[in-house]
Order: sequence, then structure tokens, then C-alpha cells
Amino acid sequence: MNAADVVGTVADPELPMITLAELGIVREVRQDDGAVVVTITPTYSGCPAMESIRADIRVALGRAGFGVVEVRTVLAPAWTTDWISETGKRKLAAAGIAPPGPAPVRRAGPIPLTLGTRPATVVCPRCGAADTEALAAFGATACRELRRCHSCREPFEHMREI
Amino acid sequence: MAFDDAYDALTDHQDDARWAYGTGFTDPLAGVSGDFPDGVDRSDLATYCLMLGDDALIMSHRLQQWVTRAPELEDELALANIGLDLLGQARLLLTRAGAAEGRGRDEDELAMHRGPGEFRNVHLVERADDDFAHLVARLCAFSVWRLALLDRLAGSRDPMLAGIAAKGVKEVTYHRDYAAQWMVRLGDGTALSHTRMTAAVVALEPLLGSLFQAHPVEKRLAAADVAVDPGELRADFEQVWELVLTTGRLAGSRSGDERLGGSDAGRDGEHTAAFAEILAEMQAIARTVPGGVW
Repeated sequence: MNAADVVGTVADPELPMITLAELGIVREVRQDDGAVVVTITPTYSGCPAMESIRADIRVALGRAGFGVVEVRTVLAPAWTTDWISETGKRKLAAAGIAPPGPAPVRRAGPIPLTLGTRPATVVCPRCGAADTEALAAFGATACRELRRCHSCREPFEHMREI
Repeated sequence: MAFDDAYDALTDHQDDARWAYGTGFTDPLAGVSGDFPDGVDRSDLATYCLMLGDDALIMSHRLQQWVTRAPELEDELALANIGLDLLGQARLLLTRAGAAEGRGRDEDELAMHRGPGEFRNVHLVERADDDFAHLVARLCAFSVWRLALLDRLAGSRDPMLAGIAAKGVKEVTYHRDYAAQWMVRLGDGTALSHTRMTAAVVALEPLLGSLFQAHPVEKRLAAADVAVDPGELRADFEQVWELVLTTGRLAGSRSGDERLGGSDAGRDGEHTAAFAEILAEMQAIARTVPGGVW
């Protein structure tokens, strides 16, 4: 396996059903003179999993025989949920987390304030109904909100678009 | 593995960085280009990064104090998440401050081992909240102000500040919505919630004027296209703040002239009485057990 394939197998510590590559946070894997340089980007500024992610990448590459590994961080351009792959979105839905829709498009001028419910067509990952409502804007991790399905009545998590 | 220490049994020493303070948090800017833009005074840049970093750090700490005290579990999660986002912004900004300063101080050193006179945050963030209405008013004003600031800072000539700001914009947009929605819900709610939300706005307004007065460091760096002159934020702030107050039937609580305050003394290291209590709590463990490992 080459280094990029190895990194591609590492699971996200907080969303273990998808890989770091599917989450879209692996920006580059480069091999220079025997050293592997992996560039990743955080989802949120305060993402507490970054230390684990760096460690997991080093361990996986170490096990695959890559001795010298450097994990770098880039901040710009900022991560967006649009970078989650289609496979990643399918796996999130299969695990009961409604995947994000398209990230909001930034228009010219000040960022509009949302005082009502954010317009979103989030489909229930359990029964497929489109009739769902937001219960709480923040969930178990920074990237998720809590919703409820009006059809099957079950609550579920939704990954917020950013 | 020895079990002399209970934590030894729990901790995989290969990755103890994920545990608690002082156990080897690595530089959160690891590998990011640390170049500084030409013609920028490094000491000014360090001070500016401390200003924005300390605003986030102290606001984050105040939010953390609400955990276990919020009215509902959902709000507990929201406040913890917002606090975490701001703590992340603070880590990046303090690390950048340490690099610009060039005295070998890292984020932990700057957060945990500075005295009150070295903190550069505005007074707004150190205020203790009397109740949940005070909290959401303060969080809303802070988020409206910071979002306008970060959105402009994303165009900074310092690529690091630009990157940190662009990331923060996405986060603070959600914080602002959350706090503004609560202000409207309470302001336009029951007689009691309206009374308490009004009182919170009245108490907060005198702190807002100074947010738009530029410190000499901000002026110099703004002239170099590195920082944002807070005076430029006023129009954007007023527009959003007015919308929240009007929608929440809170417009009558505006105090007008009181809002034309002087520059914020916090930017020069002068703080309110509440600040000593914040630092005592925030820094206690780091100062008692420097570099302690759990």
C-alpha cells in the first residue's frame, strides 16, 4: 500500500463509521525521500479530536512500515461539509446521522442573521421522511444538531452545513 | 503496566496528549507557515493576537461556568460547544501571539501563567452573568461584534490571521444565531421573560460603546492592512443589534448616549474586579502543578 492508501483507511475518532479521507480533512499525502508528510485540516477551530487524529495517522503509517511521518495542519481554505465524499455521506446516513446538505453560499455584504428556523430539507435517516424539525442547534459534537422526524417520531442527529 | 496510579491504568502513554492540561498539547498551528508579512511590527502583532485570543479565551471560560447550570440540557450542549469553538480560536491566536513575540511562550504559558495586567481582553467578556437573559444578551452582542470583525479580518495581509478568521466566521455565525434567537424568544415571550430580557439589555448597553474605539495597536496594524479598525464595525453591529432588539420587542431598552464610551481599558490590561476571580479559577491547577501530567 502506498502512504495515501494507508492514511485513507484511518477512521475519524468521533465519527468512526467514516474515514478521515471521506470526511474531507486529509488535504495531501506526500512522500519525500522516505518521509511521509500528511497535511490535514480541522473541522472546527476547537475540534478536540485533532490530537487523536494526528496520533492515529502516525500509528497507522508506522504499522505499515513508514518510519518518518510528519503531520501538518492547514487552516485555509477552511474545511466545509461539502468536502465530505458521497461515500462518507452514505455511511453517515446508514449510521443514523443525516448528512449535511450543500453548505450555505456566501453572498456579498454582511452575513445575514437567522432569527427563524434555518431553511433546511433534512431527510430522516431512519424512515426517509422529509418532514423533520430542528430540536437543538448544537448536539453531541460541534458539527451536529439534534432533529426529530414527524413521520416516525424518532429523534436523530444531523451534521450541520458549514 | 503498573497500577500504582489509577490514571496509568487508563492512559495509553503513546497518546497522552489527549489528556488534560500540561500533558504535551502540541502546537495547534503545527506545520502552518509561520512567516510574518513585511513591514509589520512583531510586538504589535503579538499584542493584537493577544487581544483577539484573550477575548475568546475569557468568553469561553465564562461560558464553561454555565455548564451544569443551563436551563435545559440542549442549552448546556450549545454553550459548551460555543465555548469549545472559542477556546479553539483562542489556542490558535495565543500560539500566533507567542510566535510573533519570539520569547518562547506557548499557548499554555500565555493562558495559564500571565498575570491580570497582561491580559488584553475587553471588559464585555469578563462580566459575570446575573441570569440566562444576561448571558444570551452578552453572547449575542459579543458574537455580532466578533463576526463582523472576523469577517473583515479574513482579508488580513497576515495569512495566519486571515486563516484563523475565515474559520472562525463559520463558527461564530452559528453562535450569533443561537444567542439572537434566545433574545427574541425571551424578549417576545412572557411578561416575566420580557422584563428580565429588558433588564439584561439595559445592563449590557454601557459596555458596548467601547468595543468600537480603536487602540493604538489596532490603528497601526489596520493601517498596515493586518488588523481591523473596530470603528469600522459599528454600522454592521448596529444594524444586526437593532434587528434583534426590534424583533424581540426590546428596542425600548436602548440607552442611547451611554453607548458612546471611551476605549476599552481592558485592551491596556486594566480589568474589572470580576477578572481576578476568573483568573484564579482558570489558572489554579496549572499554577499549582506546573506541567502536571494526569
